[in-house]
Amino acid sequence: MQPFAYTRAHSVKEAVEIIHATDKAPGSKAEGDAQTQFIAGGTTLIDLMKLHVVNPARLVDIGSIEAQREWSSVTADKHGLHLGAMASMAAVAEDKDVLRDYPVIAQSLQLAASAQLRNMASLGGNVLQRTRCPYFRDVSFTACNKRNPGSGCDALHGVNRQHAVLGGSDACIATYPGDFAQSLIALDASVHVAGAKGTRTFPFAELHRQPAETPHVETTLRPGELITGFIVPAAPWTRRSAYLKIRDRASYAFALASAAVALDMADGRVRQARIALGGLATVPWRAKDAEASLAGKPLDERSAAEAAEIAFSQANPREYNAFKVKLGKETLTRALLHVATMEI
Amino acid sequence: MANAAAPEPKENMGQPMPRIDGRLKVTGGARYPSDIRLKEPVYAALALSSIALGSISRFRLDAARAVAGVIDIFTHETLSDAIKEQVMMGQSEQAGYAASTIRPLQSASILHDGQIIAIVVADTFEAATEAARLVAPEYDARTPSATFGSDGVTIEEAAKISKKHEDPKIGDAEAALRTAEVKVDNRYSTPVQHHNPIELFTTSCIWDGPKLTIFEPSQTAHGLRFGVAQQLGMNPDDVHVVSSFIGGAFGSKGATTERTALIAAIAKKLDRPVKFVSSRADAFFVSTYRAETEQRVALAASRDGKLTALIHEGHEVTSRPDGYFVGGTDTTTRMYACPNISTKVSVVHADRKTPGFMRAPAEMPYMFVLESAMDELAETLGIDPVELRRINDTQIEPIKGLAFTSRSLMPCFDAAAAAFRWSERNRKPGAARDGDWLIGQGCATSCYPTMVAPATARVSLMPDGTAHVETAAQDVGTGTYTVVAQMAAERLGIDARHVKVTLGDSKLPPAPVSGGSNVTASVCSAVAKACDAINEKLRGSNSQNLAEQFRRLGVSELVEYAETVAPGASPEGIDQLYKGISALGGGPKLKDRIQYAFGAQFIEVAVHSRTREIRVRRMTGAFAAGRIMNTRTARSQLMGGMIGGIGSALLEATEIDRRYARYVNKNLADYEVPVNADIEALDVILVPETDDKVNAVGVKGVGELGIVGTAAAVANAVYNATGIRVRDLPIRLDALLT
Ligand SMILES: Cc1cc2nc3c(=O)[nH]c(=O)nc-3n(C[C@H](O)[C@H](O)[C@H](O)COP(=O)(O)OP(=O)(O)OC[C@H]3O[C@@H](n4cnc5c(N)ncnc54)[C@H](O)[C@@H]3O)c2cc1C
Ligand code: SF4
Repeated sequence: MQPFAYTRAHSVKEAVEIIHATDKAPGSKAEGDAQTQFIAGGTTLIDLMKLHVVNPARLVDIGSIEAQREWSSVTADKHGLHLGAMASMAAVAEDKDVLRDYPVIAQSLQLAASAQLRNMASLGGNVLQRTRCPYFRDVSFTACNKRNPGSGCDALHGVNRQHAVLGGSDACIATYPGDFAQSLIALDASVHVAGAKGTRTFPFAELHRQPAETPHVETTLRPGELITGFIVPAAPWTRRSAYLKIRDRASYAFALASAAVALDMADGRVRQARIALGGLATVPWRAKDAEASLAGKPLDERSAAEAAEIAFSQANPREYNAFKVKLGKETLTRALLHVATMEI
Repeated sequence: MANAAAPEPKENMGQPMPRIDGRLKVTGGARYPSDIRLKEPVYAALALSSIALGSISRFRLDAARAVAGVIDIFTHETLSDAIKEQVMMGQSEQAGYAASTIRPLQSASILHDGQIIAIVVADTFEAATEAARLVAPEYDARTPSATFGSDGVTIEEAAKISKKHEDPKIGDAEAALRTAEVKVDNRYSTPVQHHNPIELFTTSCIWDGPKLTIFEPSQTAHGLRFGVAQQLGMNPDDVHVVSSFIGGAFGSKGATTERTALIAAIAKKLDRPVKFVSSRADAFFVSTYRAETEQRVALAASRDGKLTALIHEGHEVTSRPDGYFVGGTDTTTRMYACPNISTKVSVVHADRKTPGFMRAPAEMPYMFVLESAMDELAETLGIDPVELRRINDTQIEPIKGLAFTSRSLMPCFDAAAAAFRWSERNRKPGAARDGDWLIGQGCATSCYPTMVAPATARVSLMPDGTAHVETAAQDVGTGTYTVVAQMAAERLGIDARHVKVTLGDSKLPPAPVSGGSNVTASVCSAVAKACDAINEKLRGSNSQNLAEQFRRLGVSELVEYAETVAPGASPEGIDQLYKGISALGGGPKLKDRIQYAFGAQFIEVAVHSRTREIRVRRMTGAFAAGRIMNTRTARSQLMGGMIGGIGSALLEATEIDRRYARYVNKNLADYEVPVNADIEALDVILVPETDDKVNAVGVKGVGELGIVGTAAAVANAVYNATGIRVRDLPIRLDALLT
């Protein structure tokens, strides 16, 4: 990989300051392939550096920031759950409050990657992991708008079995590959960020951007902003929640399709539903119309199938991923029926 | 010791002795070729082409050269005189060792994706790797032909390419098919697969004057020695290959591939030891691979299940210049009694790297198809699939009417069926459920031709009852060190732990390639013969005490060297062996007999009724392979084969972008192989079998047997679960979401 400078930040403030100072340096790019990058667990970033997809000149290590309150911890109270950005996937997946009150979060983490990766990887890095599109990850393919804006998209007419059927554009159909983000978006989480100009909090649903004409701009983070944590509000549906992940092999694979579902049920009817889809869309995908279609209805085979139809009414499949429309509907139906009958 | 990993030996089976190199391997003490320390080495990294067809018009190397630590960059402009014409292994009358005739860096032309276009040498591995990616070629690219159905491919009959191949044929199969009471006639396909042994592909080269030493994991130390000598135009006596430990091979380390002679040539030019370790992504190009096939099988039968016709046609992809193909019809036509058989194998030349050996090269893809078709026929006839095999079982193969030296196919089916509780299967597709999961069970025949090659070995016995066996044979991870020790111990009447075994060095007496599952049979034959010669010298003395016998003979050690050829094989094989050629014979190629190992595999799958993902719940394989030297290592081989079979059935496929004739998933995250969670219950049954005709020691190989038939058993189980017949591998949920 390309040589780079490495700095260890000792506080969130310091991390933000270093990045702010260096990214304003001459020749730096504000977006996409920023010259300076945070490194947390490194499980996405180092891979992409070795592949020369991302070539930062400087890394700011946020992994050794001393246990600043909330930075790497999990806290639950009656208002909800706070997840520190530097908490490891493994720690959160095993947290007993999370397991009991937010099972969809625990499962989305437990079913991701491998034990070794979950020990290394942070929640902040997890939500910012990059697509697995093979044309993006292999720089010897020339056309990739995400990697090289304006170069085209080799996946549109290439090997696109894993690509998105929801939220794509003619510029990019790369799937958002992660699992955890679906549980956050389904549970109406917010994200805390710190930047040179202070901190701000906004809905997690606003973090990722659909590709449209600018697939290289993946998030709404401002240059140099650091994610410090996530807040998941307590709600009547969080306990009745689950994550269903469908993949070719039994473990250690990205989702072909996944569904994060949370339900508030009373008297056999759905009061409110929360649905997010993974492996199928360009961003963590909230299926709001499908949720609305369930309100007030009993959750049965029929209402679940209807919701699934609605969720995929705008699907746009390509040559090798047409199966994902049917698979997505079946995944959502299965997840809804499972969550409706969960013992809680 | 009640331990599933160490099955209790039955009749004609050896003890489950733990691997004598096991401790070294798990403690890091085993020195694999790239672990050998070199004096002041430099490191090589490859730059590979990103087009599949065309030529390099020029290089821009400034950026690569600017990387600190770079020593030199070799391209066709600087190395084009290095490599002589080479002959492919096993493809012609001439002595051949190479995996391909394509010679990278010898001209500007590019014949496939990932061809080596430059080799960077630097002080460190990191610098070489970084500079290699900065090598910037400019191409004159042409539109390549990727695979079946691509514009510009050309088709050639296998029989025209190789004198060794004939398309087996008897009777009039087309006519029999037309008039048949019952028939199935379908098309199938198998995908591109790539090797991913844990140990990557490595080469270290050191020159001492005119003498070259190569440390490289190789399935044939002598073959590599001669192969490199041929490519560099050297005297083979000046080349020494060391390959003491190999971390998995499966065919990928068989023929001499392109990089070795290039690294040697560079080491010579630089007058420095050069070390090369490929990256995982480069491994998809450094090694050979299994090419995709398209096949048609038609089976006809009378209502009572007797086969009346078999037609098997195969198309295989190969490179433009080379004619590598696997041609599995030699085997599929020998499985069952049938009066009318017709076959044809053709190759399709595309702009691709030359394919090569991969575990059961011919049998894996071709038996998948035959055994799928047998299941389809059983279904059409309403006959149990096991019974259909029994009805058509034969001790005489139908093509030439030769008798099998032994064939325990039905004992294998019966043993596995009983253990699997096959009789409880619900025959109606889609009828068995466990909650939301559809349950299906399927079975298939496993087989592998028993190949034997000439071999040599030297055995020394000391007065203290210790012995030393030396042969160049390689242990590719299968347990050769251990079974060789067991064979010597048994013959000499000493403890196997007192036998030292030295392998994997071209200075040792030559032994054949560790391929075609021949080594245990071939090498143990030579070891046994040398031991017998020692025993001959000791005979005549009635003293029990070994030390006394040595005193009486007036020697401090007894050393015997032995050569063996397979029963009926020509003694010229030994001369060839001394030229690095393994004259593998056996299987269906003999004049007076036919020899195969057999097995039966039963598999239960669960398919989710909605989302259709496929999970293997349990698998039982029963195998009969003549004498089993060591039940532990044999089980391990068979188990590994079956797991590889699950990969082939459900996961493994290298995806090719047809526009560019380029692979897209060349990494282990996207090229999926089974993980532990994919393998739940796996049971290997060793069925006793005695065969004294197959070779001197009665051993048939087990290295490849276990992967043959697995994919068909899975496909048949998926059909039983869902009623959907999938004829294209790998079987993924895409095909079941109807
Ligand atoms: C083989 C493999 C399989 C995998 N399988 C799965 C899977 O099945 N499901 C799944 O969900 N994931 C999977 N992953 C992805 C894995 O979960 C992510 O790589 C991991 O979560 C990233 O976390 P990290 O801390 O290592 O991030 P890093 O690699 O350190 O960082 C990733 C990116 O986020 C930025 N970043 C990190 N932290 C912050 C922060 N606090 N604020 C702002 N920017 C930040 C970095 O600059 C970088 O650009 C897999 C990864 C691998 C390698
Ligand atoms: S889908 Fe997106 S990431 Fe993939 S090649 Fe196209 S532009 Fe690049």
